[in-house]
Amino acid sequence: MEPIIVFENVHFNYPGDEKESLHGIDLSVTRGSFVAVLGQNGSGKSTLAKHMNAILVPNEGRVLVDGIDTADESSVLDVRRRVGMVFQNPDNQIVANVVEDDVAFAPENLGVEPKEIRRRVNAALRLVGMYEHRMHAPHLLSGGQKQRVAIAGVIAMEPEIIVLDEPTAMLDPQGRREVVDTAFSLCRGKGMTVVLITHHMEECIDADRVLILSEGRLTADGRPEEIFADKALLEREGLEQPETARLLRELREAGMKFPGEALKIDDCANRIAQALQAEERSRSSWQKSSPKS
Amino acid sequence: MLRDVTLGQYFPGNTVVHRLDPRTKILLVVIYIVALFQAQSWIGYGLVTLVTLVCMALSKIKPSSMFKGVKPMLFIIVLTALLNIFYTEGTPVRPGWIITWEGIARAVQMMLRIILLISGTFLLTYTTSPIALTDGLEILLSPLKKLKVPVHEMTMMMSMALRFIPTLIAETDKIMSAQKARGADFETGSLIQRAKALLPILVPLFVSAFKRADELAVAMESRCYHGGEGRTRMKQLVMRPRDYIALVLGLLFLAAMIVLKRVGL
Repeated sequence: MEPIIVFENVHFNYPGDEKESLHGIDLSVTRGSFVAVLGQNGSGKSTLAKHMNAILVPNEGRVLVDGIDTADESSVLDVRRRVGMVFQNPDNQIVANVVEDDVAFAPENLGVEPKEIRRRVNAALRLVGMYEHRMHAPHLLSGGQKQRVAIAGVIAMEPEIIVLDEPTAMLDPQGRREVVDTAFSLCRGKGMTVVLITHHMEECIDADRVLILSEGRLTADGRPEEIFADKALLEREGLEQPETARLLRELREAGMKFPGEALKIDDCANRIAQALQAEERSRSSWQKSSPKS
Repeated sequence: MLRDVTLGQYFPGNTVVHRLDPRTKILLVVIYIVALFQAQSWIGYGLVTLVTLVCMALSKIKPSSMFKGVKPMLFIIVLTALLNIFYTEGTPVRPGWIITWEGIARAVQMMLRIILLISGTFLLTYTTSPIALTDGLEILLSPLKKLKVPVHEMTMMMSMALRFIPTLIAETDKIMSAQKARGADFETGSLIQRAKALLPILVPLFVSAFKRADELAVAMESRCYHGGEGRTRMKQLVMRPRDYIALVLGLLFLAAMIVLKRVGL
């Protein structure tokens, strides 16, 4: 598959900071995939995200977005229109007093024709389910709604990649679900490449790939089932297993037999039901066979 | 408590005055102010008052809300009136008094002038949303860009400030509650004590405002903001026939006032 973001041995430290925030990152993200990045506070997650749209450029090594080197100052706008960024605090990324004016901000900056802006704004607001709120004032919306407006504001640029930098950190469970569902629908429905940075394990379960970042290094890279089954790895990184994986593990330790891993709640429930039925069957067949013996 | 604060004083509505292009309204206010200062006689003042009242009626703004706008200026109005009463020479009301008939007439005219000035400009902010106002200003001032005046940056700052007023008010509220929960007292004590009590609110408020500004700048940059150059607008301002009619009427009004002045009325 074709890579859309490529990191080649990227080193970065903030000016005046002794320690490197990124310590030799090699990474390539496949077009159209959903990548989740996990890590503790200060692990360099946000720094990694900011390298993806040229807000930060590496001290050493290079970052290519769709083949463009982010260090090339003349093509900064080309990089940024391809990579939409959504940040943690919804209040600090909404610039206008009316929802639709805010969504129009990016295409206005790019000099898009007014009629085309209107079309994009309406399409973006429908996509995130905020079209009915287009005339509202942003400060009257809930956190999840604000964050969806911020996503719409990025979609209106028609980017190929969306990078979400802990978009759910300040939201309640309801808002978190809204935002994560929106992110997944963009990837699965619209074929956009999505990079989701988070510290909530549950949000990574459906991802194509999970990366773990620790002290500026990539320490794990794999499918969510592989990563979350590896208890030793998670403990080392100070991360918790998702509840589903933990439940299966504990049941397994208690003597139940499960084939493979299941991270989604439905899958997990099915596995447990199957295991219980299998146990039931073996017990009844034992009871049936016991009088003969 | 702080949530009730409304700034910008905009009363949404759908009257002719509300629907006029913001540029038209800004220009009309300028014309109005020039015309107002042409008035020298009772006929002149009468005409301006009449025009103001007609505009108020058209905009369906309640006279009581108009009065609210004038109220903070009451002190200056009264002071001006008093000065004019005592310092104008002419025929005394009674022999030996300083107060003259001319003084009284002048005082009333001066009061009228200030009240009309305030009402006229308030009519603009009452009927135009702050965003429309900044948009209109940016276009009207755009010729100044040739003189290197940062018009886009100034209007961008204005609209951004308006956007963050409710956010910062909510934040102040939150900080005040947090301080109150820890025993801070904002309501009692002398003026100086109360002013001092505000300091623990201002410090965190400023710190977080700077942090916000920082994050906002990054968010704006990542949405391709690079100044006013090559920028387009989704909502185009369109001058309609009613805008031209309003401007012609405004100019006619100004012409009438100038003629009145020339004739000496």
